[in-house]
Formats: sequence, structure tokens, C-alpha cells
Amino acid sequence: MAVLEAPTRPRAKRPLRERQEWGSPATYFIAFVFIALCLGPVIYIVLGGFRDNSQITNSPAGFPNPWNFDNYAEVLASRTFWQQVGNSAIAGIATTLGVVTLGLMASFILARYTFAGRGAMYSLFAAGLMFPMTVAITPLYILVRELGLMNSLAGVILPQIAFGLPVTIIILVPFLKAIPNELEEAAAIDGTSRLGFFFRMVVPLSLPGVVTTGILAFVASWNSYLLPLFILSDQASYTLPLGVQAFASQYSVDTAKVLAFTSLSMIPALIFFTLFERRIVGGLTGAVKG
Amino acid sequence: MTDKQPPRGTVTAGNGARAVSPAVPRPGRRSTDWRKLLEITLLAGPAIVVFVSFVIFPVVLAGYYGFFRWKGFGPATDFVGFDNYLIILQDSAFHDVLRHNGFILVLSLVIQGPIAIILALLLNQRIRGRSLIRVLIFIPYIISEVIVGIGWGLMLQTSGSVNGLLESVGLGALQRDWLSDPSLAIWSLMVIISWKYIGFAVILFLAGLQSIPDELFEAAAIDGASYWQIQRTITLPLLGPTVRIWAFLSIIGSLQLFDLVFIIWGQYVASTAGTSTMATYMVANGRTSGNFGYGSAVAVVMFLISLVIALIYQRFVLSRDTAGALTEGKK
Repeated sequence: MAVLEAPTRPRAKRPLRERQEWGSPATYFIAFVFIALCLGPVIYIVLGGFRDNSQITNSPAGFPNPWNFDNYAEVLASRTFWQQVGNSAIAGIATTLGVVTLGLMASFILARYTFAGRGAMYSLFAAGLMFPMTVAITPLYILVRELGLMNSLAGVILPQIAFGLPVTIIILVPFLKAIPNELEEAAAIDGTSRLGFFFRMVVPLSLPGVVTTGILAFVASWNSYLLPLFILSDQASYTLPLGVQAFASQYSVDTAKVLAFTSLSMIPALIFFTLFERRIVGGLTGAVKG
Repeated sequence: MTDKQPPRGTVTAGNGARAVSPAVPRPGRRSTDWRKLLEITLLAGPAIVVFVSFVIFPVVLAGYYGFFRWKGFGPATDFVGFDNYLIILQDSAFHDVLRHNGFILVLSLVIQGPIAIILALLLNQRIRGRSLIRVLIFIPYIISEVIVGIGWGLMLQTSGSVNGLLESVGLGALQRDWLSDPSLAIWSLMVIISWKYIGFAVILFLAGLQSIPDELFEAAAIDGASYWQIQRTITLPLLGPTVRIWAFLSIIGSLQLFDLVFIIWGQYVASTAGTSTMATYMVANGRTSGNFGYGSAVAVVMFLISLVIALIYQRFVLSRDTAGALTEGKK
């Protein structure tokens, strides 16, 4: 076997690694093809917004020729779009604040208090991870209606906070456990109560974990569709995903405008993602690996 | 919440969890006890209240309403026992959605798993621009289902860009009704699902690969193992836990699939195109037609199917490696 040859040129030496750094062209080729496949549909949406309908009809897969900025300009000038951006922003920010505040407080208890029922409490939240909102949506809709929160963003925000808690808690508990005990002891010796320790030490120290969970909650809320679909039926209360879909069915003949509306609505999530890519990826993988 | 702490206030409670105990004895231990209880209630209380009211309670409500024929207004009075469940289990439309969900579940694992592992192995090599690549392949995952649905819907429609592209490269004979042909629609759906979620799998696997210590590869290389031998005997086994967790998430996701199907195929076309899922069935037969009792019963069936599959998977597949995440406290 070819393996027998290997020991004569040990690969373990570091300098060799540096020479290898460019890797083989095949790797780049496969990576390039994969990325092209990932981005193709996104580019189609964005470029489609710069075309007009006759271009799209005549050559569905072509490039803009000439470039047409009217669609984007029209969407950006429309009140509906900005109202939906506003609604999505309110829902996203309120959900994020709620999830992070409640999640951090509960995680602190789970990570640093010893009491009977602690394991049960952790399991309760962890079990929530297995059941996304879909299974509970019908009764959730009834509950929100009984609470008189139909067509209000609060009716979306409260359930989103509740369903965001499991991931948040699972990410934050290990984070808080890692805060050295000595810090707590030192704080206690200095006469700080445990609540004081929470507000003065835990909150600032856990900021990176909090940011991760906050971003996850925000992006999830920004993209959420099923819950707003059930709760918000009044156009004025629509969030962007509902707005995009309503726009797409209302202007189904005006493909170019639909594409412009669609691509504008994904910008905030994309900006958020590029800014915090490391934290989002780290948070997701951290959550998954427990 | 009972608090049966031994007098010192420093001993761990009996649930076997490794808990951090305050090593410093606090002044006034009796006041410590109720104080601690107060702190627990104050800090964990709000989260528990919100979680129980909006996650646990609705599931219980579904169980209750599932036994009624109920149009969603006023108190539910028309008790029908297990009738709703009998109708569900005998409805051939429900058998269809079960088949679709099963198909999606298996194919998601079979398509995404191997491709994602190979891509992760490739991208784990020392190549330039790796962090940029990581950002780019994750973009489909971060875009909302609505946008993905509308974009792909427009691309795959009969006069869409996919058929246009086929025409312009001279493969016009391959043009199809990607979305409405019942023999093709579910494959189109699989393409869209793979496109949307494979980046997540790759990123997970990359993170898993990076947690394998370099020394193992170096030792294997010194012992003369080839690249593929190293991958087969070291990388893949050590990547096992990550793959198993990913598969779990993928399975649960497949069982809950709703947004993409609902947006692309709408609630009625989905069943004729052969892409309907349990969730779209629930919405179409529950809320849309105003039969909330029946919709709740469908939710309960979905819940039970997911629960059983999740428990079986945890018991037989995950039990080896998650001595923390989902099973803590139940050891």
C-alpha cells in the first residue's frame, strides 16, 4: 500500500503546513461550486429587483439590462414597507429583551443555586427545545385570543419569548457555571448578597453569552412566520414576513417588484448576520453540543 | 418549591446534579433559607410563568379541545370522545401527509448528511478564505423561510428562471412543471430544503471537526496513515456525536415542516402536488376550516409522534453522548 511510503516524509512538522496553506485547487473548485449554489437564488432575487417585468418574462434567467432602479425606489418610498419594518423591529427587540432578561435570571438560578427540583426545572426547559411552536400553534392561537391580544404585537412577542427560553437557558447555564466560585466567595466576603453578585458580577461577565442568545432570538423573531400568520390578521399590524407574502400575492403579476420587496426585507437579517457571524455560529454549535 | 437543605447550607441537594455551592457560610442560616427561596422565586419565577403559560399550557389545552367538536367560539360543549382521533387515523389525506413527512425525514438525512460531512472535511483543510466561505454557506440558513419560499417559487414556476436557464443552454427538453407535477414536486421541495439547511449541517460539522485535537492527526500521520485512513478511523468516529445531534435536529425539523410548503404550495395545492405535511394538514383542517377541536387533535397526534420519535432517538442513539444537554437531571 502507498501508506508504507509515508513515514519518510513526516507530515507532523509545522513548516510543511505553512507551505501547504493554499491547499489543492480541487478543494477551491468544490468550495466555489458549493458557494455558487448557495448564493445563486439569493443573487437571483436581488438582481431580479433591478429588472423590469418584460425582461423577466422574455428571459427569466438573464441579467438586468438595462438596470432599473424603479422597483427598489418604489418599495423604499412606500409606507407599508416601513410600517412592516417597524413592526418587525418592535417585535424583534421586545422578544430579544424578554428572552434575554428572563433567560439570564432563570439560568443564574439553574447554574448557581442548589435546591431540590433544580434538575426537574432544567429538564422542563430543555424539553421545550424538542417542540417548536408548530405543535402548539392552534391552542396558542386560542389562548392569545382569550387574552385579547389578537392583532397586537404583544400577542406575538409573549409566545416568542416563551419559545425562545429553552435555547437561551441551554446556552447560558454552562456559561454561568463557568464563572469561578472564588469570585462569588470574594463578593460574599465583601458583603455582597447573592442578588448583588448577580447584578454586579454575573450580568457583566455573561455579556458575550447574552449577546449570542439575544442575536439568535432577534433573527428568529425577524424571520418568524407561523405565529404572526395566526395572530396578526390586520394589515397594519403585519410584520415583514407576512408583508412579503401579502405583497407577493397582491402583486403576483409584478414579479420584479415582488423581488425588490423580498430582497429589501432580507437586508436587516443579513446585516445582523455578517456583523455577528462568529457569535451566531458559535452560539448555535454551542447550543447543539450542550 | 421545597427547600430541604441540611443545616450548613453548603451541601448539595439530593438530585445528583453537580451544583455549585457557596463555600462561605452565610450569617444567619435560617434567614438564608427563606431568602434563598425568595431569590429563586424572584429570578426563576417569571421565566417559569411565561414558559408554562405559553408553551406547556397550550399543549395541555390541545389535549383538552381534541376531545370536542368545537368551532372555536364559546365554551367547548360538544364532547365527542376519541372521534376526532378516529377520523384523523382513517383520513387518507392524513396517511398522505404521514408518508410525505417520512419521505422528507429520511431524504433530509440521506441527502444532507453525507454531502455536509464531505464538505466539512474539505473545508476543514487549511485553505485561504475559510472564514469568508463559512459566512457565505450559512446565508441560506439565515434568510427567512418566506423569502426562500417566494424566491424558489418564482424560480421553479413554469415560466421561471430554472426553465429559462434550461432553455437558454439548449436543454429545453428538460423543462418541467417543477412545482405542480406530483411526481416532481416533493423532489423540488427536497432540493429547496437541502439548499436552505445544508449550510447549518456543514457549520456544525466544521465546529465538531475543529474540536478534535490536532495531536491525534499528527500521531496518525507519524504512524504512516494516509489521509483517507485518518478520516475513516479518526475523524468520522470522533465526529459521531455531532452527526447524531444534527440528525436529531433534522428529524424534529422534518416532522414540523410548515413554512416552506405553505408559502410555495399554499394550503390546498400542497395536497394535490404531494407536498403536504402534518403541519399544513393541521392548519388547513383546523384553523382555516374553523374546526378547532379537530385541529387540536391533529396537534396532539403531531406532538405524540414527535415525542415518541424524540424519546426513541434519545434512548437508543443519543444516550451515548449527551450526558449533559437534554438529559441532565434525569440520570
